[in-house]
Amino acid sequence: MSVVLAWIVLLPLCSSVLLGAMYLFSITKRRIAQRYFTFVALCSPSVVFVLGLAALRELMLRADALHYHAYVWLRIGEYRVDMGFLGDKLSLFMVFFITLVGGLIHLYATSYMNKDEGYGKFFAYFHLFTASMLLLVLAEGPLMLFVGWEGVGLCSYLLISFYYHDNANVVAGNKAFIVNRVGDLGFLIGLAMLFFYGGTYEFSYKTLALHIGTIPPEILTSIAIALFIGAMGKSAQIPLYVWLPDAMAGPTPVSALIHAATMVTAGVYMVARFHFLYDLVPHVGIFIAYIGALSALFAALIATKQSDIKKILAYSTMSQLGYMFVSVGLGAYDSALFHVFTHAFFKALLFMGAGAVIVALHHEQNIFKMGEMRRVMPLTYVTMLIATLAISGIPPFAGFFSKDEILSVAFGSGHYELWLIGVVTAVLTSYYMFRLFFLVFEGTHASHSQARDVGWVMKAPLVALALGATFAGFLGLPELFGGNHLIGEWLRVWKREAFHLSHLVEGILIALNVGAALAGIAIAYQKFRFYDKRVAYQPEGIVYRKFYLDELYDVLFVRSIRRLSRFIAETTDKKLVDRVVMGLSRGFIEAGDRIAWVQNASVRLYAFIMIAGIGAASCYLLVVLR
Amino acid sequence: MIVSSLFSYVLVAMLLFSIGLLGVIARKNIFVIYMSIELMFNAINLLFVALAQYRHSYDGQIFAVVIIATAAAEAAVFLALIVVLFRRKKSLDADVLRALSQKEAA
Repeated sequence: MSVVLAWIVLLPLCSSVLLGAMYLFSITKRRIAQRYFTFVALCSPSVVFVLGLAALRELMLRADALHYHAYVWLRIGEYRVDMGFLGDKLSLFMVFFITLVGGLIHLYATSYMNKDEGYGKFFAYFHLFTASMLLLVLAEGPLMLFVGWEGVGLCSYLLISFYYHDNANVVAGNKAFIVNRVGDLGFLIGLAMLFFYGGTYEFSYKTLALHIGTIPPEILTSIAIALFIGAMGKSAQIPLYVWLPDAMAGPTPVSALIHAATMVTAGVYMVARFHFLYDLVPHVGIFIAYIGALSALFAALIATKQSDIKKILAYSTMSQLGYMFVSVGLGAYDSALFHVFTHAFFKALLFMGAGAVIVALHHEQNIFKMGEMRRVMPLTYVTMLIATLAISGIPPFAGFFSKDEILSVAFGSGHYELWLIGVVTAVLTSYYMFRLFFLVFEGTHASHSQARDVGWVMKAPLVALALGATFAGFLGLPELFGGNHLIGEWLRVWKREAFHLSHLVEGILIALNVGAALAGIAIAYQKFRFYDKRVAYQPEGIVYRKFYLDELYDVLFVRSIRRLSRFIAETTDKKLVDRVVMGLSRGFIEAGDRIAWVQNASVRLYAFIMIAGIGAASCYLLVVLR
Repeated sequence: MIVSSLFSYVLVAMLLFSIGLLGVIARKNIFVIYMSIELMFNAINLLFVALAQYRHSYDGQIFAVVIIATAAAEAAVFLALIVVLFRRKKSLDADVLRALSQKEAA
């Protein structure tokens, strides 16, 4: 039965290869109609979703985790690394929402990418991404996790620069890839140290968790930080966040699937998966929580001044990921994953709604050139409203419960400054989200007369996700509202210091959170409900310029590295290396010329040399044989 | 008598060989070079015969006869080659034949 786990990973991989082969055949030999691509592209995710559900059901029926051992991947003496899949509560929970949200985004993408040149290629990459992501969450050991980790990074790169004719997209893709490499280096170092210090006879989470105690604490701290650097890159946290806003250059379904719902949560998942490690180093956890809180606040601040609809959503993603890291840092892995879960719904919905608006407006992305879309696309309007309410944390929508849980964890942990940052970020979140919402859907319309609504294939996933964004929160209903905290209970596989708050305090916190969200909405309403779009929006100031951090990075890293490269290329290479190499070859040529004098074609000289040689050999033999 | 005169035979053979060697190296004319080679041949032949006589064995004598036969055959080939070369180059100067040189061959 547990062989299902392998098929969950293999199936999208096979369909990716199939789609790729079909695409190659289509562009080189004979055109294949788009509907065949669509068929494969939709079949595989739905089957995988069913397989995921089957595995989940199997897990519920039995007490222990599913475990499928495929074969031994590496064997070095006593040491072995298995190609095995682990389906415990955490990974199957991830599989559930990845396949659900991913499947809906696939459906949406068939409409969004309709009539695109690279339709087949797009879905080949998409399926490869799905396979990598599922491998990442189903891996039974860090090495296989790393394979998936790199796979999603690769697909992210491929999909960001999908429209490679435009140079800016290629630059954005490269940026994402390079920044992720920086993080991956940290991750790799962490893995290597773990391998070196914690390796016994195999390299899986189970044995690592058993032997983690033998690692000295200072080494453990560096391992935890190194692994977290990988998570920083993948989950776009300060300081490795710069790639995420630029990653919006890719098609909108890509932004929805990779840069909102799934891949960016890999960092959170990784920290939760290594909980046995992070449990032992709580000071690193505090560090993670602070990085998360700062990222949340920072991204929310930047988002208040942006005008590109997708960039705003990108910054909001970074901000929400910050919340998750606050939570994992404080050891409340279940709250973080609850937020991952609800976030997947409403953020995918936001991106897909934004994509629908962008398509309806013929690829206009500036929110100050939009307006009154409520009349053009009422269904999108409603679903976007739900998603916006959900991310702002208005009850009873999904985001409220998870965000509230994280904030009460922060409050209960005694780190009140983290809690305060969280609340301020919540105000900002509802402000910038409703700013976007009012500008796009309300107000006067600016300059679009030919806007037309999108087809049902794009709307159906919106509705499904809107249902998710409305009701997903009830899966984790806190005790205060009579719920039994399903997700928390389900995921409570790790020991956690309970942050017990009295119901009164919890109630006050909830009231505060809702108040904060409402305050943000009120400010946005006042400023943007009747915004006059005839005045061109020309924002200035440090916030709009993203605190000049891109410029700072440019000066600090990009330019200095470029200068170093130029120095190496022009000075070291040309003046040093080239001289040595050319000097050597010139020396050989000259020496060759000298020796070539002997080969001057004078037969008599040859004869002389020959006889001299024979004479010398004879003399030698005479001496030796004597 | 013969035994004591072995030294003179060897001396003559060495002289002959040295003259031949000098001829090969110093002379330009291919004909003369050829003749010098023959001279070296016959110096060796002389050595063979003399030593065979000295050791009372016929091996050396037979060897000398074989070398004479070989030299006759070789003379035929060599002369033919020289004729062909002369037809091509209109010269018998060894220094004109520079096909082995990289510069000339090009």
